[in-house]
Amino acid sequence: MHFDYSEEQQLLADSVRRFLGKGYDFEARKKIVASAEGWSPETWATLAEMGVTGLPLPADAGGFGGGAVDLMGVMEAFGDALVVEPYLATILAARLIARAGSDAQREALLPSVVDGKLRLAFAHTERGARYNLAQVQTAAKPAGGGWELQGEKAVVLGAPIAEKLVVSARTAKGVSLFVVDRGAVAINAYRTLDQMRAGDVTLKSVKVGGDALLGPDGGALPLIEESMDFGAALVCAEAVGAMKFACDTTLEYLKTRKQFGVPIGTFQALQHRVVDMYIAQEQARSMACLATSRADSAASDRERRMAISAAKIKIADSCRLISQESVQLHGGMGMTEELKVSHTFRRLTMIAQQFGDADHHLARFAALDGEGP
Amino acid sequence: MDLSYSQEELAFRDEVRGWLNANLPQDLRDKVANYEELTREDLLRWHRILAKQGWVAPAWPKEWGGTGWNVVQRYLFEEELGYVGSPPLIPFGLSMCGPVLLRFGTEAQKKRFLPRIYNGDDFWCQGYSEPGSGSDLASLKTKAVREGNEYVVNGQKIWTTLGHYADWIFCLVRTDSNMSKKQEGISFLLIDMKTPGITVRPLMLMDGGNEVNETFFENVRVPAENLVYEENKGWTVAKYLLGHERMNTGRIGGSKRELAKLKEFAARQPGDDGRPLLADPRFRDKLTRVEVELMALEITNLRFLDQMRRSGQPPGADVSMLKIKGTEIQQALTELAMQAVGPLAQPFAPVAANTPFDEFTAGLAPRYCNYRKTTIYAGSNEIQRNIISKMTLGL
Repeated sequence: MHFDYSEEQQLLADSVRRFLGKGYDFEARKKIVASAEGWSPETWATLAEMGVTGLPLPADAGGFGGGAVDLMGVMEAFGDALVVEPYLATILAARLIARAGSDAQREALLPSVVDGKLRLAFAHTERGARYNLAQVQTAAKPAGGGWELQGEKAVVLGAPIAEKLVVSARTAKGVSLFVVDRGAVAINAYRTLDQMRAGDVTLKSVKVGGDALLGPDGGALPLIEESMDFGAALVCAEAVGAMKFACDTTLEYLKTRKQFGVPIGTFQALQHRVVDMYIAQEQARSMACLATSRADSAASDRERRMAISAAKIKIADSCRLISQESVQLHGGMGMTEELKVSHTFRRLTMIAQQFGDADHHLARFAALDGEGP
Repeated sequence: MDLSYSQEELAFRDEVRGWLNANLPQDLRDKVANYEELTREDLLRWHRILAKQGWVAPAWPKEWGGTGWNVVQRYLFEEELGYVGSPPLIPFGLSMCGPVLLRFGTEAQKKRFLPRIYNGDDFWCQGYSEPGSGSDLASLKTKAVREGNEYVVNGQKIWTTLGHYADWIFCLVRTDSNMSKKQEGISFLLIDMKTPGITVRPLMLMDGGNEVNETFFENVRVPAENLVYEENKGWTVAKYLLGHERMNTGRIGGSKRELAKLKEFAARQPGDDGRPLLADPRFRDKLTRVEVELMALEITNLRFLDQMRRSGQPPGADVSMLKIKGTEIQQALTELAMQAVGPLAQPFAPVAANTPFDEFTAGLAPRYCNYRKTTIYAGSNEIQRNIISKMTLGL
């Protein structure tokens, strides 16, 4: 047993951190967020050069065949810097293509993802579905030799930035996946609470070829669930980086902010609060290790599901405690856009909900736990 | 023991409720319901409607426009205001500067300022906190030097709520830096915001809204007649204000309204299993806990009222618990509302953009962010606990 990154994992995490430290500080991020596009093609190109976009994709597609653990250090660095580029969106969709796609689909799409030339998004969630992955109303009917898609997807992360979408839709056989050009759908684009780009996607009689079907007709649900668990593991890792920033900057504030003639960190009432933040951060790190270790290499689906749900419950709790306390302990300044900690607050608030909130995972864990080993 | 309101009190509440429902303009009601940013004109419009009815400053003496209501009636009125979902009555003139002038002002100051506060002719803001003086307010540095019939003010205030709407600001300034105690040497000054040398800079909050500002004073010349009470005795004035009626800090009416709204929404919104979210025991338990907290707060508040009615004295340090519990409840409700809509809480429209909201959902995340302020402002909850610890428990 050990909890160390391998030399390769550490090197990549360090170089991503160094790059972000130089080119993606709070001021640089502000400009990117305020730009019309809301993301930075230069940053994306550099991440591709560093091998980050190819990291979780298979070697036969030009990737590096990495798993969730390999991504953990990178995601932590993203969380620290509050990266808004559509990495998660692209990786989720690309992994679906890698896992379910035909040779032709993989060859057509994945090398461009690795090269940083193609961005993707996974359009699955629908209005009213909450976190229930099986709730898919979008319909796919056979039309000509292909399919016709009809329906609406809500809050699709990265949709306005993606060139292609992986869309889930219900055929006569069940939930299936399709690759759709962004140009074929209507997108109502907006920013999310954490300043990323997302959109509601409307598919109005969208016609695609027979080769757009990704994976088995009607057999996509297990793929989707695995993919969402993988995404959950990644945001757990990202959360750890964001939490560490929030804890560090709050501690620094307690040491430097003076009231009543002394640093406010000398007040025991505040000392204990920041200790609880620190404990929450360490517990979150432990659970992120569990989540990334089990996301793609668990002995069974059940083991994976329980690990991911346990991690997500704990991470959601830690996100909440650390984000709220970091703002509270900064006083009014923590409420302002001028301080990075308020942006970290927003990202942590989102992560607590993404891929299922604590209640969703409590229910899933409890149900699995009831099944017995 | 009898926890119920009397028939007369209930009749009073019904009268107030009926009038508010009939007189709150629909567009203002909608704006509040959708958590939209209220303009200066929105706030003043509602202020003037209440002024016309004679209800805008119930606690003031009758000769200045007060209603003569007792503490229970005043409490009921304020709770009904919150419950109906009206724009807030901005407290800086009506419940801060007004009461200060009534207690410490000269006749000339009262005649000059009180009617204009009452009628909503002047919009007031508060100049207390400074970048280095938040919880430790008495360490404030903004300086006022007497030159003939004027004070010359230099310094900076922060968290000036709605300073960008304001015509006047009441400020705590340092008029003597050589006192042995930092609470001494502070004065209470009224300053016209149009005076040359004042700059208001917005401080954008994380919900994207501009409600607070930094206010800078550079050689701002203020007529000496705008000093309230004695020079160097401003801390006495400030303390009076802090002890002044804080019976509505629990914001129970507003929280009741938000709770009802949330319940109504959760009854319609499907949970993960397709049944209404309200039937999900995990969600329901959290909601119930907040509801019970709110009941406990209301009854505690009524106990304070009863005590105050009988003794004629404000309840003192223990009122801090109303602020602590009230703000915790307000925050819990914004958090639950955001959880209730699940992934649909993610889209973010800055409050200032006033984008049309998608029924219940789009304003929720900004509101959750915004309400983090409640445990920080008006004496942070840490300071409120210090107050109880020191004053009530003697620690």
